[in-house]
Amino acid sequence: MSDLSYVRKEMLAEQSPPATEIGIIGWLRENLFSNWFNGILTVLSLVFIYAVFSAILPWLLHSSWTANSLNECRQQVDAAYGLAAEGGCWAVIRERYLQLIFGFYPSDLYWRPLLAFGVALVALAPVLFTGLPRQMLWFSPFAPFLVPWLLWGGAVWLPLMVIVGFVLAYVVTRVLSAVMPGLLAVPVAALAAVLWWLYAVAPINDGLTVLIANQRIDAVATDMREQADRLPGEIAALDSRIADLRDQVATSEAEKDALFAELEEDHGSEAARQAVLQAIADLRGPRDALAALEKERLGLNEDLSHARSLLAGIEELPALRERRDALLAEQRMARGEEAEEIANQLATLDTQIAGVVDELGRVGLVPVESRKFGGFMLSITIGLVAITVSLPIGVMLALGRQSNLFILRAICVGFIEFIRGVPLITLLFVASVLLNYFLPPGTSFDIILRVIIMVTLFASAYMAEVVRGGLAALPKGQYEAADALGLDYWKAQRLIIMPQALKISIPGIVSTFIGIFKDTTLVSIIGLLDPLGLSNAIRANTAWNGIVWELYGFIALMFFVFCFSMSRYSMWLERKLQTGHR
Amino acid sequence: MTMSSDAPKESFRLSMLIYDTRYRSLTIQVVALMAFMLAAAWIIDNTLQNLAELGKPIEFGFLSEPAQYDINQALIEYDNQDSHLRASFVGLLNTLLVAVLGCALATVVGVIVGVLRLSKNWLVARIMTVYVEMFRNVPVLLWIVFFMAILIESLPQPRAFRGADPEASMLLGDSVALTNRGFYIPEPLFSNPLGDLSVFGAFNISLELLALVGALAVSLFLSGLVKKRADRIQNETGIRPTTWYLRLGIVVLPLIAILIALGFHLGNPELRGFNFQGGIHMRTSLIALWLALSFYTAAFIAEIVRGGIMAISKGQTEAASALGLRPNRIMSLVILPQALRVIIPPLISQYLNLTKNSSLAIAVGYMDITGTLGGITMNQTGRELECVVMLMLCYLTISLTISLVMNWYNTRVKLVER
Repeated sequence: MSDLSYVRKEMLAEQSPPATEIGIIGWLRENLFSNWFNGILTVLSLVFIYAVFSAILPWLLHSSWTANSLNECRQQVDAAYGLAAEGGCWAVIRERYLQLIFGFYPSDLYWRPLLAFGVALVALAPVLFTGLPRQMLWFSPFAPFLVPWLLWGGAVWLPLMVIVGFVLAYVVTRVLSAVMPGLLAVPVAALAAVLWWLYAVAPINDGLTVLIANQRIDAVATDMREQADRLPGEIAALDSRIADLRDQVATSEAEKDALFAELEEDHGSEAARQAVLQAIADLRGPRDALAALEKERLGLNEDLSHARSLLAGIEELPALRERRDALLAEQRMARGEEAEEIANQLATLDTQIAGVVDELGRVGLVPVESRKFGGFMLSITIGLVAITVSLPIGVMLALGRQSNLFILRAICVGFIEFIRGVPLITLLFVASVLLNYFLPPGTSFDIILRVIIMVTLFASAYMAEVVRGGLAALPKGQYEAADALGLDYWKAQRLIIMPQALKISIPGIVSTFIGIFKDTTLVSIIGLLDPLGLSNAIRANTAWNGIVWELYGFIALMFFVFCFSMSRYSMWLERKLQTGHR
Repeated sequence: MTMSSDAPKESFRLSMLIYDTRYRSLTIQVVALMAFMLAAAWIIDNTLQNLAELGKPIEFGFLSEPAQYDINQALIEYDNQDSHLRASFVGLLNTLLVAVLGCALATVVGVIVGVLRLSKNWLVARIMTVYVEMFRNVPVLLWIVFFMAILIESLPQPRAFRGADPEASMLLGDSVALTNRGFYIPEPLFSNPLGDLSVFGAFNISLELLALVGALAVSLFLSGLVKKRADRIQNETGIRPTTWYLRLGIVVLPLIAILIALGFHLGNPELRGFNFQGGIHMRTSLIALWLALSFYTAAFIAEIVRGGIMAISKGQTEAASALGLRPNRIMSLVILPQALRVIIPPLISQYLNLTKNSSLAIAVGYMDITGTLGGITMNQTGRELECVVMLMLCYLTISLTISLVMNWYNTRVKLVER
């Protein structure tokens, strides 16, 4: 029997791997110092990171948050961190962040854009996240009507009447397609909807407004009279309080400046520094109180002037109406130039009357002019409207570009390539100087609407290319299968092609949206107050003259947060849509 | 036996225009064309009517009037008595200048960043990711004004270079000065100049430059011949003759010879009074625009390069090494040709984007074509329609040229499919 004593009877205990292969050291060796070249790269990167942080961190940490001007920021930073310290002046963001977000939108109406974007988000959510309950999709079609109403305001029945136009088009299509081919029924239905919007909405709106205005006129008049009597007293009381407080703040500021001068003289003793800091901190309470009072006074002043003008309008109304009737009677007799003159007078009278009546008969939200839009709200509004409207246009253009009809294809290709071939800024020039030339003489509408139109056209050309990519990515079998089922062109598109093509193109749509959202900063070049335009406006204020990094940094950070989260979403979606053949 | 006969010839009825698929597409197209032309006619009619009311019918005579504004960065001779047309041309050249500079720098930075993002070095890959995300997710206009602010705030004024013990000093052996008014770099000078060639009497091209470009073209062609010969020999005998020194010599030696014959030397900028004289002055606006556009576009190019390299399956590398190719040959013969096919088309469309984004020059006061033709000329003459149309045509021409190049490349490298 052979000797087996050299054979081990039991297994050796597992040894731990060498220290250089595991733990932090192993990780460092593998990821940072795997060879000499990587080692050099690592060292260079560390030096780079150190350089960047040593330049930025002290500035970030030594910042001032409560001052009310760039000058005071410097005083505060010097007092807190030594006379040589350089620090950020984030106080400008604390003071102006609402303006950077909402522009000049009335501050008591901030809830409206917030609600509007909330509504848009809720409407988009079921489209973006398929995990959400499908019932939410029932709400989505209403958002495009609700959001503009919330942003711009107006009578409560306006969005409803716009929706009625679409319902009308649908009903006409269903009725007509029973008696004539779809090729004719759809244009007729579209024509019916357009006629409804152009010729029915305004009279109905006016009628309703006049009806309500007539009922309300007496109640409103007494209310306004009461306000016009009461408000001047309140404003006078506020005025004296404001004057007192302003004196107090001015004295404290002078004291603070004196303290700071002392501090500079004795080169920063601890006591002097504390005194300056304390003085600046003490200023905050009175200043906030002053700001609140001034805001209140502004509100009261606005109420007063509103009440007075409305009252004047109400009192004038019967006379205006009489004059109008007289002019109408004259117009029947008049000829030639005289008639034209009378028509002009009538038009001004009508706007005067409409101004009062609209005010009286409004059931809904206070209208906000779009020139008050600004900041990120403006960017988001332009971006959201452009993307929502450009999607259907883009789909149509993409279908046109893919179709066999030569002339349609040529028109679509020409449009897409033209828009994609010129920079957005030239299209914005068109919006700001040319668009009014293209419309019948006399029509003019405000610059933000014009910009939205041009940005939408711009977005739809890019959207068309994205959708075309989706269409091209579909296997040919899908088209052939749709044909084999006997579906006509539109049914095939609606039931087979588009659902799949759009699903494929969602990442592309999201990145188009990111691009459009970033491009909205260009409107500052034609003078709109987007965040960049506002930053120039803020710098124009003497208190903040010369402030650069803090404003740009804040704006850049906000854009980064928006765009980065959207691009993460699109990456998540791409991973999800990948059906795993690779 | 029955005879089959032709179906009775149908006579044309009006309803066939809608019901018969043979005519229907024609109907749709005619209607579409009519609608399009009606819309166009409506717009043109409105425009003419509006312009007539304002008393400025469309005409381009204003282009020959003196521009009466200065352009501080011009590639060709220009003063404020020159015509608007010439001012626009100066602007166009400035656009092309920043586009070319930007594309070059963006490609270099983008390729480096894209490759480093794939690096096994954890730290470097993270830094590059931060770079890409940072630049991609912030608007390019913000980057442009940001770079402008950095240059103006952080660089010394020219007068900081003065005195016995100056606060700032010039770089690279007193040849480059970085100031907040711009960069001053050496200019090429020739002791034995050949003179200038006047093109249509409008502007001059220096003959030295033409000679150099011509020589370069000829030597590149010759070097191509050498390569062809080497290819032929390799195909016949299987052994590739070493040619790199021959090709390098063919390209470099004639250039050096011409430079020496022309008496080439560099003219350094010098501080005189409160400012620098001599050398080439690149304005701060040009530098800011150039850097911002390049770094912004480089972030996109980096992603394209990374995607292109990752798109080549690992099997390709393994198959090539199984064939016995060396790593550098694998790269140049197997990976790059395939990666470039993926990389180049989106790369060119990024070049196109950069060129279009260069129109944002107006935000920092760099006088490109948007700043001249679409800016001061438009505001001074009030000829909005003419200016905007010409501006769009310029950009369209550039874009279409770039698209043509792209299409030509695409057809050239397209995989031949079954």
